Amino acid sequence: MSHLKRSLGIGLWFMFLTLPLMVVRVNTVSREVEWRWSNLVWVGICAFAIAWFWQFSIERRAAQRAKVAAEPHPEKDRPSLAQRLADDPVLSRRVLLAAALIALIFPWAVSTTQNFYHVNVMVSALIFVVLGLGLNITVGLAGLLDLGYIAFFAVGAYTYALLAKGFGLGFWMCLPLGGVMGMLFGVVLGFPILRLRGDYLAIVTLGFGSITKIVLENWDTVFGGAAGIAGIPRPDFFGLPLDGREKSIYTYYIVLALVAVTIFVTNRLKNSRVGRAWMALREDEIACVAMGVDMARTKLSAYALGAFWAGLAGVIFAAHNNFINPDSFTFMDSAMVLAMVVLGGMGSILGVIIASLALKLLPEYLRAFAEYRMLVFGAVMVLMMIFRPQGLINNMRRKYEYDTADVESNDGGK
Amino acid sequence: MDFQYLFELLCGGVVKGSIYALIALGYTMVYGIIQLINFAHGEIYMIGAFVAFIVAGVLTLTGYSGLGILPLAALIAVIYAAAYGYTLEKIAYRPLRNAPRLSPLISAIGASIFLMNYVQLVQTPDFLPFPELVPDFEFLGDLTQFMSSVDVVILAVTTVTMIALTVLIKYTRIGKAMRATQQDMVMARLVGVNVDRVISATFIIGSVLAAIGGVLIASRTGQINSAIGFMAGIKAFTAAVLGGIGNIPGAVLGGLVLGVAETFGAGYISSAYEDVFAFGLLVLILILRPAGLLGKAVKQKV
Amino acid sequence: MAASSTRGGKKLLEVSGLTMDFGGLRAVDNVGLDIHAGEIVALIGPNGAGKTTFFNCVTGIYTPTTGDVRIHTADGATRRINGMKPNRITGLGMARTFQNIRLFPAMTVLENVMIGRHCRTGTTILDAILGTSRSAREERESIDTSYQLLKKVGLADVADEYSRNLSYGAQRRLEIARALATEPFLLLLDEPAAGMNPQETHELDELITRIRDEENVAILLIEHDMKLVMNISDHICVMEYGKEIAQGTPKEIKENPKVIEAYLGEEAHA
Ligand SMILES: Nc1ncnc2c1ncn2[C@@H]1O[C@H](COP(=O)(O)OP(=O)(O)O)[C@@H](O)[C@H]1O
Ligand SMILES: [Mg+2]
Repeated sequence: MSHLKRSLGIGLWFMFLTLPLMVVRVNTVSREVEWRWSNLVWVGICAFAIAWFWQFSIERRAAQRAKVAAEPHPEKDRPSLAQRLADDPVLSRRVLLAAALIALIFPWAVSTTQNFYHVNVMVSALIFVVLGLGLNITVGLAGLLDLGYIAFFAVGAYTYALLAKGFGLGFWMCLPLGGVMGMLFGVVLGFPILRLRGDYLAIVTLGFGSITKIVLENWDTVFGGAAGIAGIPRPDFFGLPLDGREKSIYTYYIVLALVAVTIFVTNRLKNSRVGRAWMALREDEIACVAMGVDMARTKLSAYALGAFWAGLAGVIFAAHNNFINPDSFTFMDSAMVLAMVVLGGMGSILGVIIASLALKLLPEYLRAFAEYRMLVFGAVMVLMMIFRPQGLINNMRRKYEYDTADVESNDGGK
Repeated sequence: MDFQYLFELLCGGVVKGSIYALIALGYTMVYGIIQLINFAHGEIYMIGAFVAFIVAGVLTLTGYSGLGILPLAALIAVIYAAAYGYTLEKIAYRPLRNAPRLSPLISAIGASIFLMNYVQLVQTPDFLPFPELVPDFEFLGDLTQFMSSVDVVILAVTTVTMIALTVLIKYTRIGKAMRATQQDMVMARLVGVNVDRVISATFIIGSVLAAIGGVLIASRTGQINSAIGFMAGIKAFTAAVLGGIGNIPGAVLGGLVLGVAETFGAGYISSAYEDVFAFGLLVLILILRPAGLLGKAVKQKV
Repeated sequence: MAASSTRGGKKLLEVSGLTMDFGGLRAVDNVGLDIHAGEIVALIGPNGAGKTTFFNCVTGIYTPTTGDVRIHTADGATRRINGMKPNRITGLGMARTFQNIRLFPAMTVLENVMIGRHCRTGTTILDAILGTSRSAREERESIDTSYQLLKKVGLADVADEYSRNLSYGAQRRLEIARALATEPFLLLLDEPAAGMNPQETHELDELITRIRDEENVAILLIEHDMKLVMNISDHICVMEYGKEIAQGTPKEIKENPKVIEAYLGEEAHA
């Protein structure tokens, strides 16, 4: 009953809140005021329903917390579906094989020589998968909130554009160079700022991201200013001439390979000395340095490695689009990549891949959704933090194999 | 050296800086109490400006005119900004009071993106002309070559607002509770301060100041859009850090320094890079003196 | 003030005139303390006496305002470590636990201990990506060493559990295992028995002596449980209001009138 009253109150409150912005629109050209009263009704109804559900969810979450607190030694966290999948080597290998096959056949299945729109969309989405996985190293594993990540993407893209157009260097030459340039920028920028506290670091990286965009926009003799750089060559295939569809499919395979390499590398690192140090740093900086981990070096490696991947992705982005300008490298793009990591689950490779594909493909295919895209991203970031901070897919726990020879005699077993 | 130009820039810088200071106060007060960068604070400022624009627009188009419009529009803007600030804290931050430190920050970024796009969708992504509501003051005389009448209003309003804020924090009950909570939240709670109420009050006061800043700057630049909050928010945050975050006089000083530095940079070097000066200053201050101009360095307890 | 007992063993840590100010507050005021090989030394004193701050100064978390902290390493060299970074001090052979438990909650129990191996291994990013033999060897070694340490502190059966799911007492023991993984010659324990029940405290008592004997490390501990302190320490230092008020064997400390007044007396009142 009190729920009903509260929800009603909240509904009214939101009707009040949205009253001027959602109802009134002043048209300064035709000098008319437009009144949209129907919006108010919708706000009232939606706010009421959401408030109802919200209270229910918050209560349930509190009950869960209380339950956890009541049993200080719960037997086990319930394994997630993904965890169980990963724990079963036969099944996980089959699923992986199937996914790889689908990914390989995909471009031929969905395209014709005239229409290869879906392949192009997928290339863009996979580029963002690489970005998401790269940022996952910096934010997800090492806990360094980078709000200017897209700047490294820009560094890669402009490196390729300038080298290819200015010096005639080929794609394959520029791909590693773009990555290295991204990493170099990461090291140079990261070095002075990485000892800052987490939230300050976030703001400074945001500053760097914005400065990069302003410089690209205004230094037009080098970077082409706001107009950007056009006519960037596509990746070359041993000098063979390719038609449009083949070019797209070729790029698709390149970026698919890059995704595979990124997954492989992230996975190796996650379960290594370096990856564990990143995670420990994310969990507790002071304890981490007190256990002998060099903070500056560890942070810098995570930051630079994330930047390296953004640089690589940038090269492919420039090559795929033929054209780049500063509008592709705004704060909103950084925020979108961050939303992918947050939504997918910090540190979780599978989660980030799914989230990246979803956030990139949904607006592409649901045009109605595209308009509300950023609105939804913002809401998703808030809601995920409140209700599911671990993301869609839990970061999987690594189980190690060890010699349990005489453990029973020591402490009586379980 | 052209002193006239220099003085013009100085005046412009002080006016701009006093508005940064108004917004920076909201950042600093919130940070002082819950150690959160309220990323969505710039959006509250933008919403304040939008509400004022709508109220003023409706009034002028339905035939009202006169001096009453500006105060009325500002009043309603302030009320709405306060309501948005209060609601924002309740929804996006309160459930995360005990979460890991990056969670509320990510939530704040999400809230900021949400609010920006909300206004863009329900109003317009385009720039809107903000009406000229401040009449030309006759008594300014020769001073007008340095300062418009809007600038005079801005300086007067910010001065009065800051005095009011000082009185509020120094002498009222809620002000004392705020200071106690800032010093030690646990202790304040133990001695009977309602910490939740104090936090809400902090958001409300910060939002009120931001809305005043929003209305003033919109009157000065003569245009608004849904994205103005982002840059203004970052600049104001820079001002807060510059002065020493959590430090109220520091925010005012930081705002003024930033405003002047930026205007001089734009005036003497290049106006295209105006924002770069602000960011550059932010980066420098954080690297060289993270405690800010007036802040004290504290060692984290282990 | 000088201890009348003769203290055997090589000198490992030598602190003299240590002072630490926070703004106007002098948390540690001119404190000196030596630790010899094979000893268990206790640092006691009422809350707020500056014991934790003393630890923080010695382990590099804070840089002391004045004073000297010197260590004598196994190769016979003497090094002044004031202001050195905590990770370098750990690398030189001192490791600690925290009064307010600081584990890595989202990592497993075994992984927590493996972090302690970080400074004794050298796998680089490239090693890890390429899966070199060094990476494989060190990984194996880290897992085995860490697992053996978990056995020692009685946590082997929860090795794959998240550390946040452990009980309070178990978390304290995990911190000890994690510190031991760095192969210290001196282990600093900050209130290891806080929050433990009498049974657990008793087991801890045994664990600490066993660690000293088996791992060949000296131990400096802060503790409020007088029974535990008197039981296991060879040497005790008492602090109050940042100052050192007495040092000596447990017997001498028990009989020292200043200590009785300042510290034990307080307990007697309670
Ligand atoms: N980082 C710090 N900043 C300011 N004061 C501190 C800090 N750390 C400790 N103190 C103060 O130093 C004194 C000693 O604290 P501490 O060393 O924790 O005592 P103990 O461990 O003996 O209980 C206390 O008054 C405490 O408030
Ligand atoms: Mg202590």
